[in-house]
Amino acid sequence: MSDPVSALNRAAFTGIAQIAETGLQGMITLRGDLASAVVIKAATAAAGTDMPARGEAKIKGEHGLCWMSPDEVLVLCPHAEVAMTIAAMEQVLAGEHALVVNVSDARAVFRVSGPLAREVLSKLAPVDLAPQAFRPGMMRRTKLAQVPAAFWMEDDRTFRIVCFRSVAQYVFDLLKVSAQEGSEVGVF
Amino acid sequence: MSTRLTGFGRLIDRSKPLRFTFDGKWMRGHPGDTLASALLANDQMLVGRSFKYHRPRGIVASGAEEPNALVNLGKGGRFEPNQRATTTELFEGLRAESQNRWPSLDFDIGSVNTYLARFLPAGFYYKMFIHPRPFWKHVYEPFIRQSAGLGRAPKDRDGDTYEHFHTHADVLVIGGGVAGLQAAKAAADTGARVFVLEQTAHWGGRAPVDARDEDRIAGQGAADWVAATVAELEAMPNVTLRLRCMGAGVYDHGYVLAYERLRDHAPDATGPRHRLWRIRAKQIISATGAIERPLSFAGNDIPGVMLASAVRDYVVNYAVSPGDRTVIATNNDDAYLTAIVLKKAGLDVPRIVDARAQGGGALMEAAKALGIRVDTGRAIAKVKGGKRVTKVQICAQAGEGGVLDEIACDAVAMSGGWSPVVHLWSHCGGKLFWDDAQAMFRPDAAHPPTGADGQGFVTCAGAASGALDMAHVLEDAHAAGLAAGKAAGGKAKRTKAPETTARADAPIEPVWLMPQGAKVELRTKTWLDFQNDVKVSDVQLAAQEGFESVEHAKRYTTLGMATDQGKLSNINGLAILSDALGQPIPQTGTTTFRPPYTPISMGAIGGEARGVVFQPIRRTPIHGWHEAHGADWEPVGQWRRPYAFPRKGESVHDAVMREVKNTREALGLLDASTLGKLIVKGPDAGKFLDMLYTNMMSTLPVGKCRYGLMCTENGFLTDDGVVARIDEDTFLCHTTTGGADRIHAHMEEWLQTEWWDWKVYVANVTEQFAQVAVVGPNARKVLEKLGGMDVRAEALPFMAWADGRIGDFDARVYRISFSGELSYEIAVRASQGLAFWEALMEAGAEFGAMPYGTEALHIMRAEKGFIMIGDETDGTVIPQDLGLDWAISKKKADYIGKRGQERAHMTDPGRWKLVGLETVDGSVLPDGAYAVGEGLNANGQRVTIGRVTSTYFSPTLGRGIAMGLVKHGPDRMGEVIDFPGTDGKTYRAKIVDPVFHDKEGAKQNV
Repeated sequence: MSDPVSALNRAAFTGIAQIAETGLQGMITLRGDLASAVVIKAATAAAGTDMPARGEAKIKGEHGLCWMSPDEVLVLCPHAEVAMTIAAMEQVLAGEHALVVNVSDARAVFRVSGPLAREVLSKLAPVDLAPQAFRPGMMRRTKLAQVPAAFWMEDDRTFRIVCFRSVAQYVFDLLKVSAQEGSEVGVF
Repeated sequence: MSTRLTGFGRLIDRSKPLRFTFDGKWMRGHPGDTLASALLANDQMLVGRSFKYHRPRGIVASGAEEPNALVNLGKGGRFEPNQRATTTELFEGLRAESQNRWPSLDFDIGSVNTYLARFLPAGFYYKMFIHPRPFWKHVYEPFIRQSAGLGRAPKDRDGDTYEHFHTHADVLVIGGGVAGLQAAKAAADTGARVFVLEQTAHWGGRAPVDARDEDRIAGQGAADWVAATVAELEAMPNVTLRLRCMGAGVYDHGYVLAYERLRDHAPDATGPRHRLWRIRAKQIISATGAIERPLSFAGNDIPGVMLASAVRDYVVNYAVSPGDRTVIATNNDDAYLTAIVLKKAGLDVPRIVDARAQGGGALMEAAKALGIRVDTGRAIAKVKGGKRVTKVQICAQAGEGGVLDEIACDAVAMSGGWSPVVHLWSHCGGKLFWDDAQAMFRPDAAHPPTGADGQGFVTCAGAASGALDMAHVLEDAHAAGLAAGKAAGGKAKRTKAPETTARADAPIEPVWLMPQGAKVELRTKTWLDFQNDVKVSDVQLAAQEGFESVEHAKRYTTLGMATDQGKLSNINGLAILSDALGQPIPQTGTTTFRPPYTPISMGAIGGEARGVVFQPIRRTPIHGWHEAHGADWEPVGQWRRPYAFPRKGESVHDAVMREVKNTREALGLLDASTLGKLIVKGPDAGKFLDMLYTNMMSTLPVGKCRYGLMCTENGFLTDDGVVARIDEDTFLCHTTTGGADRIHAHMEEWLQTEWWDWKVYVANVTEQFAQVAVVGPNARKVLEKLGGMDVRAEALPFMAWADGRIGDFDARVYRISFSGELSYEIAVRASQGLAFWEALMEAGAEFGAMPYGTEALHIMRAEKGFIMIGDETDGTVIPQDLGLDWAISKKKADYIGKRGQERAHMTDPGRWKLVGLETVDGSVLPDGAYAVGEGLNANGQRVTIGRVTSTYFSPTLGRGIAMGLVKHGPDRMGEVIDFPGTDGKTYRAKIVDPVFHDKEGAKQNV
């Protein structure tokens, strides 16, 4: 069995913030009626966290739930546990109109950390990232320059970014440019 | 001459020298200098030539409004033309060159135009070069282009980096003068998040220069108050202050672009050169100040004639005297300040010429007390001089210019009053009104730019709103700050504007022409637009010729169309136009103010998007392997796909031929990962797909595949692909590479807007899988060698799919073929895609495995007569045109596009239809060539009866093959038709069946 490989194989860069591809992360798209008790049970049991409200990410280590849209949550789990988790979710959801699908390999995941992490992301995403406006526990689906992306904060100085696997190199290069030496902004 | 003074110079650091060059000559300056002040300190008044007449041009202003002092700056990757010397901070080693002169600034051949000026009036080019018509393109335009233009275009790649920055503010204050600072303070006190932007490197705006000796703000001198207020704002956690950051444009929904110049003053520091701020603000305060207007008198463009406020700036800020003897011309009290400053600096002011019969107020008395002679009711008849002012002739303002007196001097300081900088107010629709008493257009607070809620979101403060003296400025700014803070959600505060000293100035008297009855000889020497060479006489001529609208007159004369966008010339020009039309100024109105306020760099607009991140490139999991194996790339959407894999010494064409042959005879591998893969699931999924595809999908058995067509509502073919039924409720729809995101959005749109009650969910899983097409007679052998699932025809027949294992990999295998060969398309997880590909290459070596690219794929599908979205379709083609009637269900009541296809034009038997084309001589038809028929159309052109949609050399058949759309094509099999090429040859081709190879499908179905 060949070992699965993430898009950039954990590439890293240090500028005014630390950038790293964090390897494969299990991700399962769950679409359904988010008010349905069965859907909630399938999601929360899989992730071991509460349901996120709009714009929220409930993260616990490698597990978590991210609010994606009024009828979609993203379930996070370790990459090796995806098949097991999907099977468990489908069992709970039997008879319910819902879609559970593995999207782990369709994505790349980055971590941007350091005191200037907010600045690095503010160069690329049209999101208010001031500390009073964006805090750990929040989640945004947005864009980084020219591609779609989503992110949440692990702590007050660390972002976790998800983008499509095919643009992993582009996003890594974007983050490198945005974290280049001498580009501190000094607003947050 | 102009020189460095021993006193004054609050912004320069005399202890440190800086060296720079102008036209190759070394000069000296100090940190804090602008390039303009440093040039003046080196007695370099002449800095360029005008656009049309190549007249000598000197520095006129001290800020963003400067029309003349434009230079080529830097060299190589840092070369940039049209840089304003007045806003360029000096640094060690700066290198500047004058523009629009040849061979040198002092001796310029083009200046002969100035003697031809009477033959080059407004509209000259339009009138002169219209006949004979063909001459414009071949003679006139090349010549005019040669002689026009200011700076040179850069030749090298930009050596700097740039970036954007997104931020949000409750209150954005643009302008860091006393008004901006006071407005920011008032807004910040309400608790609002406040941003303050200042375009220069210093806070305080004009106040430190223009404050009178007796002026006090809250008991302090202006400069002290500025320093104290900045310190106070810096200490507030809810306030952000940015210097060298210009508010460039205001747009809908409180969106503002600001242009920060980070490294222009320190080019060797690391980091980006410019940053474009993209700001969302709830409220915007435009505290952008006012710009002094020139006076219109003959010779006002001669170097040495400057704005009075600029003369003050150079003395006070930079310790530079523009001249030894300066004559002042004015229609308001402010210019007296200049006289007083010059006198204090020990310079001579031989005369103040005040156009007002009564003269000025307290300042005039102060000037007189210093011994300066003031002539009231007088005007400048003419300034004499060539590359520098030598004297002025004085006349009565009321007369026609009869000379009463002559004064030798080397500088003239003029003030025609002030125009509020209303640009940012106006960008998004703020209205203006004409204030007769102050002779200026001011923002009309009753008609601000409005947001989505119908409420105004821009307020002007201070001089920008028309408040000219300190007390009014501060009261106005304080009120604006409070209101904006409150409107943005802050807490109302009962704070007050600081106390200021009252002034006793005499009112301005509008003077649009000096003297008011200036004779034509004077008017043809009286400049309005210094950079574009527009004179009073030109605007009058435009009015006379019927260009009555200010927008028309502007374009006809080019008034205000230079790089300064008429900051000095617009109001004077439209006053002259109003006078010529015999109507009041407000009736003429202004031209439109458009962003950016001053030109911003292309680099800043592009931001980070250059080099490797210019555009996203999408890569499959196998991309790196292709790269390492010499792939010749083809862009497909944002993907890069291998076009072919040429070997060492092999041409791309030869590689394509080899890849086709090898795939047909042995084994080819194609990276098909880019194909779109959409999961459609739910009890209504079948019903949904029946609506999306022209054929029936709900009847597809689980485990089987079916080719389908998708149309737009108008019936045009938009995408195609193979659908696999995964289980009773779940389908996997393959789309074209470029269609994945578009078709996903199409599905979501129908589900969200029309069929929101259907139980269907869609997910785009395109990138979850790497997909490899294993194609050719040896395809089964390699899979059987790898082992795992049963891939024999009995277990996995053509158009079936199965899950299982191939070698070490979990795989989903589809028995589908786009080449006509035995073919398996195998999807594995993207994270194992590369390993799977490598396993296939290794195991396939003994069976002749070779990768093939998109061109081999294209040829093989064309040999089989398979259509390609984007080749055979172009948004105007329906499936029936392509002979795909078999894929259109007759049983279904409806599908998207059905009604469109029933319209008369779509059922017209004369529509061009798909056929195969075989050249008579075996050559390859040119791509896109049109077939011609008998006779001419209504335009006298040859009638066209068809066109080529795909054309290739087929290595399988050893000849050119093509597909095309031809009128009545399927009824004309065997006919030979003509395709005239753009190379002069006429290609002849026989109409044949589009399936060239293995029509029975024997090869794919084994």
